[in-house]
Amino acid sequence: MLLVTCPHCGARPEIEFRYGGEAHIARPADPSALDDRQWAEFLYFRSNPKGVYAERWNHAHGCGRWFNALRDTASDAFLATYPAGQQRPDLGGGR
Amino acid sequence: MAQPCRLPAGGRIDRAKPLRLRFNGRDIEAYAGDSVAAALLANGVRLVGRSFKYHRPRGILSHGSDEPNALLQVDRGPGRIDPNNRATVVEAADGIAVSSQNHWPSLEHDLGAVNDLLSPVLPAGFYYKTFMWPQSFWQRVYEPKIRAAAGLGVAPHEADADRYVHRHAHCAVLVVGGGPAGLAAALAASDDGARVILADEQPEFGGTLLHDLHATIDGAPAGDWRAQALATLAARANVTLLPRTTAFGYYNHNHIALVERVGDHRARQDDRRPRERLWQVRARQVVLATGAHERPLVFADNDRPGIMLAESVRVFINRYAVAPGRRIVFATSGASAYAAAADAKAAGLDVTLVDIRAEAECGPGPAMLRARGIDVLPAHTIVGSTGRKAVTGLIVAPVDANGIVGPRRTLACDGVGMSGGWTPAVHLFSQSRGKLRYDDAIDAFVPGTPAQAERSAGAARGIYDLAACLADGWAAGGGAARDFAATPSPTGFRPVRALPTDADAKRVKAFVDFQNDVTAKDIALAVREGFESVEHVKRYTTTGMATDQGKTSNMAALGLVAEILDRPVPQVGTTTFRPPYTPVTFGTIVGSARGALFDPIRVAPLHDWAAAHGARFENVGLWRRAWHFPRPGEDMHAAVRRECRAVRESVGIFDASTLGKIEVVGRDAAEFLHRIYINAWLKLEPGRCRYGVMLKEDGFIFDDGVVARMAPDRFHVTTTTGGAARVLAHMEDYLQTEWPDLEVFLTSVSEQWAVIALQGPRARDVLAPLVEGIDLAAASFPHMAVRTGTICGVPTRLFRVSFTGELGYEINVPADYARAVWEALWARGQEFGITPYGTEAMHVLRAERGFIIVGQETDGTVTPDDVGLGGMIARAKADFVGKRSLARPDMLKPDRKQLVGLLADAPDLVLEEGAQIVADPHQPIPMTMLGHVTSSYWSDACGRAIALALVSGGRARMGQTLHVTTPTGFAPARVAAPVFFDPKGERVHG
Ligand SMILES: [Zn+2]
Repeated sequence: MLLVTCPHCGARPEIEFRYGGEAHIARPADPSALDDRQWAEFLYFRSNPKGVYAERWNHAHGCGRWFNALRDTASDAFLATYPAGQQRPDLGGGR
Repeated sequence: MAQPCRLPAGGRIDRAKPLRLRFNGRDIEAYAGDSVAAALLANGVRLVGRSFKYHRPRGILSHGSDEPNALLQVDRGPGRIDPNNRATVVEAADGIAVSSQNHWPSLEHDLGAVNDLLSPVLPAGFYYKTFMWPQSFWQRVYEPKIRAAAGLGVAPHEADADRYVHRHAHCAVLVVGGGPAGLAAALAASDDGARVILADEQPEFGGTLLHDLHATIDGAPAGDWRAQALATLAARANVTLLPRTTAFGYYNHNHIALVERVGDHRARQDDRRPRERLWQVRARQVVLATGAHERPLVFADNDRPGIMLAESVRVFINRYAVAPGRRIVFATSGASAYAAAADAKAAGLDVTLVDIRAEAECGPGPAMLRARGIDVLPAHTIVGSTGRKAVTGLIVAPVDANGIVGPRRTLACDGVGMSGGWTPAVHLFSQSRGKLRYDDAIDAFVPGTPAQAERSAGAARGIYDLAACLADGWAAGGGAARDFAATPSPTGFRPVRALPTDADAKRVKAFVDFQNDVTAKDIALAVREGFESVEHVKRYTTTGMATDQGKTSNMAALGLVAEILDRPVPQVGTTTFRPPYTPVTFGTIVGSARGALFDPIRVAPLHDWAAAHGARFENVGLWRRAWHFPRPGEDMHAAVRRECRAVRESVGIFDASTLGKIEVVGRDAAEFLHRIYINAWLKLEPGRCRYGVMLKEDGFIFDDGVVARMAPDRFHVTTTTGGAARVLAHMEDYLQTEWPDLEVFLTSVSEQWAVIALQGPRARDVLAPLVEGIDLAAASFPHMAVRTGTICGVPTRLFRVSFTGELGYEINVPADYARAVWEALWARGQEFGITPYGTEAMHVLRAERGFIIVGQETDGTVTPDDVGLGGMIARAKADFVGKRSLARPDMLKPDRKQLVGLLADAPDLVLEEGAQIVADPHQPIPMTMLGHVTSSYWSDACGRAIALALVSGGRARMGQTLHVTTPTGFAPARVAAPVFFDPKGERVHG
């Protein structure tokens, strides 16, 4: 079981959290301006790297807040967790 | 004679505490401190089981958790029967009954042994090759027969009478394994007060120190050093000692699962104690001092009862004071067996030692043994054994440097101790995702770079010398470098695969994997047939796949594959080790989550009233909801018809408390809902309600419910019963991550508000006398309005809404007052024949009006337009969640499945929910399926059966006859509008 560090509560076991997929994919300000392909990419396409991945977590059974994490998908090591809305720390990896 | 093989003195057993168990109906005398294996051997029992595939007689091979053969059913009384226990790890306890497995009719006379004679036709992959065709035969004929013939124990039939508990712990250092390295690691790690947990799977700490009678550490006998170390650890408040505790799983971020056996070794079950305790430990640092497993030698008939591992012979003699035989031949390719031979001789047994290595390779061992009067035969191979249910001799032959085998001779014996070297127990390290590294010098995979905060120590990483183990453990525990003085251990061995033989290797059974009956020739066959990857060989031959996870067999199998392919071992690779290290009971994993605690059950505030009034309940998610209220003599059908009639004709009362409720408050609350729902909210006036539908971003219906505006900045949102949690999470997600600028606060109030639905033409008459502060007149309190006031003096949010199509109210009151308000309504309604109704009647009533249920009419692929709610979409809104997806071309296709009504030609035919619909029942198979029935009921109000269905292009098919599958064939049904009763919706305004 992963040990996830909520930026607001500290390190907690994985069962307290809900996973939210890739981070830093902002909802387009005007979805109607996107063509079908662009909208599909927003909806369904994710980077899925082997290595550092920015992803969303929700401390569902704790403070209830969403935050972001950088996790190495190969080793499951967390490199950083940070509140939603903050910039991704520059620690390598994909987008 | 009792215990004929018990040595007169020695051992760690307590001779003052005799005990008695039963084996296959026979009395077995033993002493406290015995394992069941030791007790059986002490009583001269050699034959303890039949092998998995060939039903060959098998005895005890080892002394520990690596045991592949001696699997027993253990019976500790009713509800305490447990199969597949290794006799070597079950502690002897007074009154337990153990029995052997996998034989019929008896252990001594097993008909399945015919498989051994048939073995020329049972090669590796036999099942795959033979039983491929025809496929149906596999399920009906072959598999049941194989299962009956090749089995392990019998699953118990009674509920487990024992209790199991879970415990979580944190520590600075978790040390797994309490042998010399583990003890040293725990001493070093706990020296400065850091929290340390030391766990060992055995009843006593000490590992090899428990049976090494001659070693000294720092000048003292090793046993004294062990006692001193344990006393030191026990005196430290920061140390937790867990004997009888197996670390079986090593998971992410140093999360280790261990099972502590608390109860089984006690003679009588103590009800205050659990049988087993699951520990989940999160450790800052883990030290794996898990030791090593001895390898058997691979030679013909190396599986006869009485042939054991050499170190195990030593353990039985020194630790349990049991002679595994009176005349013992040790067969070895390495040094450690010499110590075992010397100890066997010292115990008064007749000993011979055969070494595959040339005399010059053997070091000081032969001279040491000869000085003790032991015959040593270097440069000899083993080519077979004699005996059937017990070994009677070992067939040996000289072998020269070129592998040329000389004349055979048989060494008469009643016990064999074999040693093919050692394999570090790297299972937990491998589970931790650490990379293994092949060490040529010791012919074994050892821990390479750790993947987590972990250090391996001692024999677990191939360090076999006692002094070196102690120093390595001390360092792994974080101690400053120091040396230990200890007696040098006999180490080193020549790696051998299948021993050289003069026999045709294709005709003999030289076992590699004892538990799965895999022989050297099976592995050779697999490689010949092209299985070169060790993972493929494993699956094809099943080597290493049994409950022992190949602890004794892994290296032999790997080495053989490498030898046959003429490749170095690391190129062949090793298989991945997975949890659990040893089998774990279901009870331990389940813990207290059984019976009423298996799954939480949620009950609404009016549950007890419903139960007292004869409700039958149904499960809706975790909720127990009143399903219907049958009167004496009524079946469900009759009860539901009566409940529906009451609502249509007079008044019914229904517990709707399970509805999800979310209080949405704040300056931007209306704007927020405007973005979340498909319909418009900005202009909804306080005091008014609106039915809302929300989508996920993919455009499919996610949830629905009535939303009331209580104040300009306050909404009372309701969700479906099952959707409450996910709707709140969905809203929170958007609020926090997409629109953090909105000032909105979301609070779940599902449990705070109870909801009593009062529905039917007389609903107002029942309600009116109990309400204060609300004018119930239709003109001032119309349909889809909400008012606050009091009912029976209790504050209420009174909704005038209807999910039945009748005049109706949903009375929200604080949950604690729900029963009192309900009782008052109940009393007041008696003169109108007020009738409690359940979820089934609710479903019928709403279906008659064509109202959808999310999850029944929708399945995550349904848009608002598909279910006829396209008109709700606020076209003027620039955006809402899911809007853009509704414009995708696939969402606009005319052949999308659309909600329609279905009326079977036979009016009393209630179609099956989920039934498939086709246009032409005579078309060739596979047929084109147009959709399926989503809801189907008998409707008293309509005087016939009604159904809702999702049908491709359904709205363009009005009046068409389609065909619906039934258990007896197709039934014709006409497509109709999905509203069956009160099509203009006038009754709600009554
Ligand atoms: Zn938190």
